[in-house]
Amino acid sequence: MAHTWRKVWKTFWRYKALFLMLLPGMVYLFINNYMPMFGLTIAFKDINYAKGIWRSDWIGLKNFEFLFMTKDAWRITRNTILYNAVFIVLNTVTAIGVAILLNEVRKKFLARFYQSVLLLPYLISMVIVGYLVLALLNLENGFMNKVILPAFGIDPISWYTKPEYWPYILTIVSLWKNIGYLCIIYLAAIVGIDPEYYEAATIDGATKWQQIRSITVPLLMPTIIILTLLAIGRIFYADFGLFYQVPLNSGPLQPTTDVIDTYVYRGLITLGDIGMSSAAGFYQSLVGFVLVLVSNLLVRLKDKDQALF
Amino acid sequence: MRSNDMNQTLVNLFFILASAACIFPFLLLFIASFSSEQSILTKGYSLFPSEWSLEAYRYLWRNVDAIGRSYGITVLITAVGTTVGLFISALLAYPLSRTDMPLKNTLSFIVFFTMLFNGGLVPTYLIYTEVFHIKNTLWALIVPGLLTNGFFILLIRTFFRNSIPKEVIESAYIDGAAEFKIFFRIVMPLSLPILATIGLMLGIAYWNDWFNGLIYITDSKLYSLQNLLNRMLQNIQFLQQTNLGGRAEGATSLPTNAVRMAMAVIGIVPILLIYPFFQKFFVKGLTIGAVKG
Repeated sequence: MAHTWRKVWKTFWRYKALFLMLLPGMVYLFINNYMPMFGLTIAFKDINYAKGIWRSDWIGLKNFEFLFMTKDAWRITRNTILYNAVFIVLNTVTAIGVAILLNEVRKKFLARFYQSVLLLPYLISMVIVGYLVLALLNLENGFMNKVILPAFGIDPISWYTKPEYWPYILTIVSLWKNIGYLCIIYLAAIVGIDPEYYEAATIDGATKWQQIRSITVPLLMPTIIILTLLAIGRIFYADFGLFYQVPLNSGPLQPTTDVIDTYVYRGLITLGDIGMSSAAGFYQSLVGFVLVLVSNLLVRLKDKDQALF
Repeated sequence: MRSNDMNQTLVNLFFILASAACIFPFLLLFIASFSSEQSILTKGYSLFPSEWSLEAYRYLWRNVDAIGRSYGITVLITAVGTTVGLFISALLAYPLSRTDMPLKNTLSFIVFFTMLFNGGLVPTYLIYTEVFHIKNTLWALIVPGLLTNGFFILLIRTFFRNSIPKEVIESAYIDGAAEFKIFFRIVMPLSLPILATIGLMLGIAYWNDWFNGLIYITDSKLYSLQNLLNRMLQNIQFLQQTNLGGRAEGATSLPTNAVRMAMAVIGIVPILLIYPFFQKFFVKGLTIGAVKG
């Protein structure tokens, strides 16, 4: 027994420098990631600041009962999943289309220019995006109400108080913001396709369109499937910035813009309702985890290298 | 051949339109910031204002204390956060990349598991505020969520594994060099590409972050630029009430609409400025990130 302990110690001592290097990062991950994981138990407590987190009472599933009794739980789940589903499909299809087209541009410096412009929205913060949308949708001064709608003879619309428009607005914003990034990924995959396939097809007389359908898309399928599966794995997590900043956190819009992330945020920060928000957060972490595991397993079955683990 | 040229024209036309659609909102923002308040109230935000004016920017200049302060905070947290984060990430990735490292699989799992499972907002917030008391401190803008993450560490580890030849490290060993020396003198200089890429991604994340400030900071002296922008966006009264802590302005003369646009402009200008220079890096970094993820 003593022998093996000594061996362990000797190995550790030999690599002490490397273990030391791990320390800062590991400490950070412990504080930032692992402590909150254990903190998920807060969802099962009745937090009382006077007693502190650790000594507050356990109340079992009470918070969850409360949460699922409201109509909120269904609404935020529905919104989160629907938006993400639409984003995945629309953004993927558009990105592939744009990538294919971008690959067709003959002058490469033009292609790089277009790519740079398309990428720009990805690099700015959601707050700025909020401003840009405001310039377009502001009730009194917005470009839509002052220029576009009058051109069609339509009266100004109070965009920020009408929930029914926002699924479209948020989808467009999501597309605008992410197309550049997604396009880069798919373009990288397309560039990897052996040009001989296309040459052979051209000799056989295939049109561009036929070539795209029979060569490009099938060969892109692995990448598409993997990226889509990974995105589905994250379907329970919404882009908080998109749903909080762009609608300007407007109350009347909540039926169509409230997602799990904004609900948890509002519960915690604005309302101070730790019970509900921690239950919703737990719900998201749990379901999200299961989905990520399942989707990663599926990815692994398809192509071992591409999985996250 | 003719149909090929036709295709080219169509494709290029498509992209010119797509690019215009991407740029249009920015153009609107810029031009609106140089419009007079009067023009905005009558014509709305437009590409062709009835009256040009620098009033919005003059207003910002009069309040340069608050704005300058928030700019300073953003620059500070970006500089500190990026350097420290990069350092910690590389330090953590290096032992994991060494094939002779004991326990490396378990340790790697511990690191990468954080990418799969997340405690969520509530526990993270409560821990940072109740246990570590970082509310309204600069730590709150640097540490939570941004300093490093499994993804970056994964990228760096992959780079170390693929691009640092084992022989180089082994020969340094034979020469009697200590681990830290090998790391700093040999590995780091060879890793400039990945450090630049991750550094850029970290830098942008810190520059653009508004979330930490939103939940951890209520003291206006600690607002980052994005936080200041955020408050102004969410609350049009914010400008009139706080006056950015500056001199008193008559409520009617306050060019609120144009000022908001001007604020947003100064929020993006730095990114726009460095973008042309680092564009290749951006694309490369995102490609590596995507291929691995």
